[in-house]
Amino acid sequence: MSVQYTNEPMLDMLIFETTQLIEQLEQSILNSEKSSCYTEDAINEIFRIMHTIKGSSAMMMFNNISTLAHSMEDLFYFLREEKPSNVDCSTLSDLLLEGVDFIKLEVEKLKNGDNADGDAAALIDRINKFLSVLRQGNNSTVSTKEIKVGQIDTKKQQYYISQSKVEASTYNNAYKAIIYFEDGCGMENIRAYSVIHNLKDFTDQIFYLPDDIIDNDECIEAIRNGGFKVYLKTDCSYEEMHKIFMQTIFLKNLELIQLENDDELKQFLEEKEFTDQEYFNKAPCQHAIYKEAKEYTDKELHSPPTQQSMISVSVSKLDKLMDLVGEMVIAEAMVIQNPDLKDLELDNFQKAARQLNKITDEMQDMVMSIRMVPLSATFHKMHRVVRDMCKKLGKEVELKIFGEETEVDKNIIEHISDPLMHLVRNAIDHGIEPHEDRLAKGKSQAGIITLEAKNAGSEVQVIVKDDGKGLSKEGILKKAKENGVLYKSQEDMTDREIFNLIFLPGFSTKDSITEFSGRGVGMDVVTKNIETIGGSVSVDSVPEKGTIIMLKIPLTLAIIDGMNIRVGKSRYTIPTISIKESFRPNEGDIITDPDGNEMIMVRGQCYPILRLHEIYRVKTGITNFVDGIIIMVEQDGKSTCIFADELLGQQQVVVKSLPEYIKNYKKIGGLAGCTLLGDGSISLILDVGGLINI
Amino acid sequence: MADLVEDIMEMEEDTQKGRFLTFSLGKESYGIEIKYVTEIIGIQAITEIPELPEYVKGIINLRGKIIPVMDVRLRFKKEPREYNDRTCVVVIDIKDISIGLIVDTVSEVLTIPENSIVEPPKMNKGFNNRYIKNIGKVGNDVKLLLDCEKLLTENELEDLSEAM
Repeated sequence: MSVQYTNEPMLDMLIFETTQLIEQLEQSILNSEKSSCYTEDAINEIFRIMHTIKGSSAMMMFNNISTLAHSMEDLFYFLREEKPSNVDCSTLSDLLLEGVDFIKLEVEKLKNGDNADGDAAALIDRINKFLSVLRQGNNSTVSTKEIKVGQIDTKKQQYYISQSKVEASTYNNAYKAIIYFEDGCGMENIRAYSVIHNLKDFTDQIFYLPDDIIDNDECIEAIRNGGFKVYLKTDCSYEEMHKIFMQTIFLKNLELIQLENDDELKQFLEEKEFTDQEYFNKAPCQHAIYKEAKEYTDKELHSPPTQQSMISVSVSKLDKLMDLVGEMVIAEAMVIQNPDLKDLELDNFQKAARQLNKITDEMQDMVMSIRMVPLSATFHKMHRVVRDMCKKLGKEVELKIFGEETEVDKNIIEHISDPLMHLVRNAIDHGIEPHEDRLAKGKSQAGIITLEAKNAGSEVQVIVKDDGKGLSKEGILKKAKENGVLYKSQEDMTDREIFNLIFLPGFSTKDSITEFSGRGVGMDVVTKNIETIGGSVSVDSVPEKGTIIMLKIPLTLAIIDGMNIRVGKSRYTIPTISIKESFRPNEGDIITDPDGNEMIMVRGQCYPILRLHEIYRVKTGITNFVDGIIIMVEQDGKSTCIFADELLGQQQVVVKSLPEYIKNYKKIGGLAGCTLLGDGSISLILDVGGLINI
Repeated sequence: MADLVEDIMEMEEDTQKGRFLTFSLGKESYGIEIKYVTEIIGIQAITEIPELPEYVKGIINLRGKIIPVMDVRLRFKKEPREYNDRTCVVVIDIKDISIGLIVDTVSEVLTIPENSIVEPPKMNKGFNNRYIKNIGKVGNDVKLLLDCEKLLTENELEDLSEAM
């Protein structure tokens, strides 16, 4: 959760944006692959994404990313313009995904503060080869296409001119600006482009020289030597324009001239038209690129309004905000329940206090909801996993997703992504049978894996279901016997207990994969990951029908429902979720074995008793079982009874971790953290799993 | 602008340099570099934490921040003493770790010039001065200047040697 990028904000932005774009890209590649054709929209989208990545990474001097993005952009430019019919979709997808992986890796490096130093040359080569193969195959059509492109262009050109004539009168002032960038700032063309981009907010009549800044690297030289010339018409005053231009990064020198009339502008336009036509005659293809860039900028200009309503905030700030809100709730309780106010008739105060209470409650809810993120991104990542696995294993699997809009805390999302991937992998690898077997069994050829999420009280259930061959009980039992992890006689075990064996560490071995559908690989890792966030995993399976694995995870890590108990002067909090019952014991139910271990008989079952005051060496007057209270807790099917002085009551508590200093010293058994109670005192949160294993 | 900020920073450095917060444990007077000290509070209700060394008394709630407190008396293997209204908790912040030090009384903030600070005497055995960085002379008095970092980080070492 505390992924803090200590880099400069520009880099943060780049990482954030690129990660989002890449995710979007991956999604559209996978969709396209599924329908085994790249629609025009998809091609346009990929082209756009690649273009943005190229631009931003080039700006930050990550040349390896930008060259790769550039080659992919070239490829898509070709696809988009020529619409070749002979494209091999799966090769294309493979290439693209490889590219996506490369960029992902580089971005990951940047995130960790390393240099993005990967080498994509081989991949670029392959992309270029793929492109040249496409080109050859498409040669016959190119010549006619060129003419067509040309025609469109002349039309466009004419329109341009007329537009300038008609609309030129709507703006009052004409300016000519020449911008010189600082020596050695690099990427002059991109910087010039960003100037134009900024100016588009003020006017739509901008003409600039050189005019192919985005796609022609040669213009960098031209900008360096002769400056970047911009002609524009706008309503803004000279001062305003000057201010806008002065905001340019790496600006060395600016010449801004207000033109008396638009003669010069017109002249420039004519010149440009002329050169354009020349261009068109000489190199139609290049010209088309220029057109692309134009179109692209137009599109980009239209998109911002939807994005402006979102803002990205660092998680650490949210954590801080939540801490503060937690403190405020406590402070509020301290004020309202202040002992000084006792027995006073304070009608107005009470009214105001109620109002305050309402607001703080709402605020707490709000802060919590900010941290909630839908599971959809995590779920959709699985498409990629499924695709790769299917390709490798030659299986056919369809991934169905339900309830992706279910929201959980940001911290938790980070923890379940890996386990989920493991489970999906296992399901494909061991669960889903090959085609022939499936057909022979009368199942559909493609296996179905269902990912489902739903809210259930204060927890979220995530279900991974497949319609494969299911778990083999005999196989698991055999394996368990071999590994010596069987703790009960075979006959006594319920189906569930048998299935749960696969979660035991060390249960998985390589040969178990081939022998039976033992989903051994990494299952204990899954359980461990889920348990660290206070969740649980259970499994159910029917032979030949499939397997269901259910992850139960808490909605949030930060606030839990807890039962406060008292032992001597100390207070402890037990998560309500793990409490089964609490009761006052009868003297007769207590059993002591010869070693002095105390046990209690409840409805014919025997449970060990933990005296909290003994474990934690707390002084208390209550040592007799009948005077105190017994709380039965359960985790992972194991139960134990905790003996405490008394119950104080149930409340929602904000979980805080123990101070670093103490954590560094040692990990204290049975303590999960601490929390502040309403009166400002500290209560220790018990870790039930840890207590049972003491 | 940047120069100004630098100036202020320097001044801040300067005002803190050579200044020590002094407190007493029994007869001895100790000093802590002022830059480590965040605040001084009266003794408050301490929540005990099990399984910790005796000198870590537990944790306290400092305006919503939970920090551990260490009894410096016990840390230096002195006789424990009842806490009274003179007992103070000096909250220090070292390398982003906050900890409260329980001391008998806090005296004052002193400026000790560099030429009055000397190395502690080197003794081979029997004398445990690894927490004392320097010794400051103020008039006729001697202030033992603590090495805060060691105070926090030397646990493991100690535990190891005790185990052996």
